[in-house]
Amino acid sequence: MQGRARYNRKRYLALEREAEVELAKRLIAGEPEAFDRFVEHFRAKVFHYSWLMCRNREDAEEVAQETLLKVFENFDHLRQPERVRPWVFQIAKNVCLMKRRKSVFAPSQELSLDDFLPLMDHEGRHVKLQIADWSGLPDDQLLQSEMKQVLDRAISELPENYRSVILLRDMEELSTLETAQTLDLTEDVVKTRLHRARLAVRQKLDEYLRTDSQVLSSPTRGK
Amino acid sequence: MESHEPTEKCKEVFSLLSEYLNLELPPDACQEIETHLAGCPPCIEFAESLRKTVELCRRYQPTELPEPLGKSARKELLDAYQRMLGARKTAS
Repeated sequence: MQGRARYNRKRYLALEREAEVELAKRLIAGEPEAFDRFVEHFRAKVFHYSWLMCRNREDAEEVAQETLLKVFENFDHLRQPERVRPWVFQIAKNVCLMKRRKSVFAPSQELSLDDFLPLMDHEGRHVKLQIADWSGLPDDQLLQSEMKQVLDRAISELPENYRSVILLRDMEELSTLETAQTLDLTEDVVKTRLHRARLAVRQKLDEYLRTDSQVLSSPTRGK
Repeated sequence: MESHEPTEKCKEVFSLLSEYLNLELPPDACQEIETHLAGCPPCIEFAESLRKTVELCRRYQPTELPEPLGKSARKELLDAYQRMLGARKTAS
């Protein structure tokens, strides 16, 4: 199973939004040649979203299939192909919600801004911010497998109502308005939740960097 | 490091950083934040770590991918698509 997933990963190449809009237009126009690429692209996206939302591979596979089924059944309802990504995620969100109702009920949690205010160390008259030195973290290290795992865990540990916002807003790069429409929230709530979700993720990464300072000193780490 | 106590302004900037990074604030609010950041190294340091967090999220690639689509699952989707096209033809 792992081997096949790895093989699939090599082939998978995410499409830019313009390319997926083009595929949607072709499918609406009745060109079945666009079918397989559209399915491959959105199946991976919806699977990733639902896997991070429910942390269950089987459920995530089912959500991806059920979402795409509803997408194709209702393609004629997509009046603006430019909105294909938020439209697909709106369907995925509802399918995910139905699946969650069938499984474990997880009460929503709120994160407080105060929990993420950085602490200060007082050393005589001098005050030092208690955070890791992020300036020494080269961009190419951001994607290393260990950091990815830390990020993966940080996102998974977010309360669900915050996780869905950061997934759509930062990972899927939907706009604030699109995220609000997808999740049936106001734009202000999206902004608030996004900020707190980012702060929570930042805090986890910071803890990791502080406890593992080798990340900053060893350029070959994780390669 | 110079002596620094977080002020009310630091807390205000802290609460607006994501909107600032997303370019969702009006120009005068951005200017206010930039003026504060210019004179507050701890806030710059914090803002930079948040910017890197956002960058990391945006560049994040899934570690988990679905299994390859099975024949019957593909057929189910293709049938749904063709039914949609057929219904459209009938309606017109």
